[in-house]
Amino acid sequence: MRVNFTVNGRPQEADDVWEGESLLYVLRERLGLPGSKNACEQGECGSCTVRLDGVPVCSCLVAAGQAEGRDVVTVEGLADHARQRSCGGSSGVSLDEAKGWQAKGTDSQTGEGAELAPIQQAFIDAGAVQCGFCTPGLLVAADEMLERNPNPTDADIREALSGNLCRCTGYEKIMDAVRLAAARQGEAV
Amino acid sequence: MDFLRPASWEEALAAKAEHPTAVPIAGGTDVMVEINFDHRRPEYLLDLNRIEDLSAWEVGEDSVRLGASVPYTRIMEDLRAELPGLALASHTVASPQIRNRGGVGGNLGTASPAGDAHPALLAAGAEVEAESVRGSRRIPIDDFYTGVKRNALAPDELIRAVHIKKADGPQQYSKVGTRNAMVIAVCAFGLALHPATRTVRTGIGSAAPTPIRAKAAEEFLNAALEEGGFWDNGKIITPSVAKRFADLCAAACNPIDDVRGTASYRRHAVGVMARRTLTWTWESYRRTDGTTDQEGSVA
Repeated sequence: MRVNFTVNGRPQEADDVWEGESLLYVLRERLGLPGSKNACEQGECGSCTVRLDGVPVCSCLVAAGQAEGRDVVTVEGLADHARQRSCGGSSGVSLDEAKGWQAKGTDSQTGEGAELAPIQQAFIDAGAVQCGFCTPGLLVAADEMLERNPNPTDADIREALSGNLCRCTGYEKIMDAVRLAAARQGEAV
Repeated sequence: MDFLRPASWEEALAAKAEHPTAVPIAGGTDVMVEINFDHRRPEYLLDLNRIEDLSAWEVGEDSVRLGASVPYTRIMEDLRAELPGLALASHTVASPQIRNRGGVGGNLGTASPAGDAHPALLAAGAEVEAESVRGSRRIPIDDFYTGVKRNALAPDELIRAVHIKKADGPQQYSKVGTRNAMVIAVCAFGLALHPATRTVRTGIGSAAPTPIRAKAAEEFLNAALEEGGFWDNGKIITPSVAKRFADLCAAACNPIDDVRGTASYRRHAVGVMARRTLTWTWESYRRTDGTTDQEGSVA
């Protein structure tokens, strides 16, 4: 079947989609957006988290056909989404731009030269990324929380990220990163 | 596999009548796991996401009509006053991502003994609104669970809504697991005080083939509260009464040993949760003279 939906602000069309396929599979394998990670395929780990009509969900548990006509934001569109939130006005991110996205540099300069959402910059600055596999899901979940709750308590952060597993960091640096993003967001206002 | 996408409830009923083996999918948090793991290859998937009515609720005089697909997040945030037990139970479901998709209709459809909503529904008192092209009926929650992952729905029926009695007194919910998030209940317990009728109702999850009420424990406590004049004098419930209630709740269980816990641990834990939830709700009743407790906590 064919699925028409909006991904990162641009209309997209996926063809030859199997009826039992997940939104995650469509994003990764049909549209070539591998930012959302495929790990547990049962909603336990949160590494496939995307926004579906604004709401964070595990894309592995959304049937492809359920995304028809709806609006999806993936980690590839997070910087654009954050810019739109703060400045308004955006034309979205094309598939080619999204596929070509990378945080340039591989040392302490990582991130310079690429457009990053504040939460992404905060993850880099706080050293919240180790192997990086859980990072896209954490970024999408944390960004949504900061949109909803600009002044989160530690308990708020823990709860908002309770559906995202990280096996490297022990979460402390991730907590630091979200606190940092919240503080910077507060200064900017 | 065919993906059926009805735009209205009537279309959904017609599709289910035509294809009784069609598997309804709403939040997808159960169904998609089974498909991803190749445990299930339904001939038809019946997507209910386009039927907006299923995500709406109405607060009536005595009860709340909760659409089958109302996400747990909404119950937690918007129905805490009317349905405190179910709101607490909703908060224990998995993670924010799952609570944004899953709802009570799916819990009922799957009818797992470990479904988090069941003890709260049993304790509050509820009816399941099931419908087919043949008509609509209300199934009392006590008659709904018929076996392990089996329910009273006919093959052509869909769950449209759940009618849950509004709280007329404090309610509590408790769940045992290895951590707060992403836990399938080792066992769970719901308790509702109903001062209007001077009764208590219970719900036990994950400790029998189906979610159950501890009816002997309820009867014992109803009689003990009546005899002692507790509803009027608001005295602290005597430890012997609480202990007997806890023992009867544990005795109501018919659990199994599995990877999450042993049968004897489950029995023990249900007794502990029964005693604690009784203490919490009764303290709340004494303090507020029977008005709804909105604080709540999860053990």
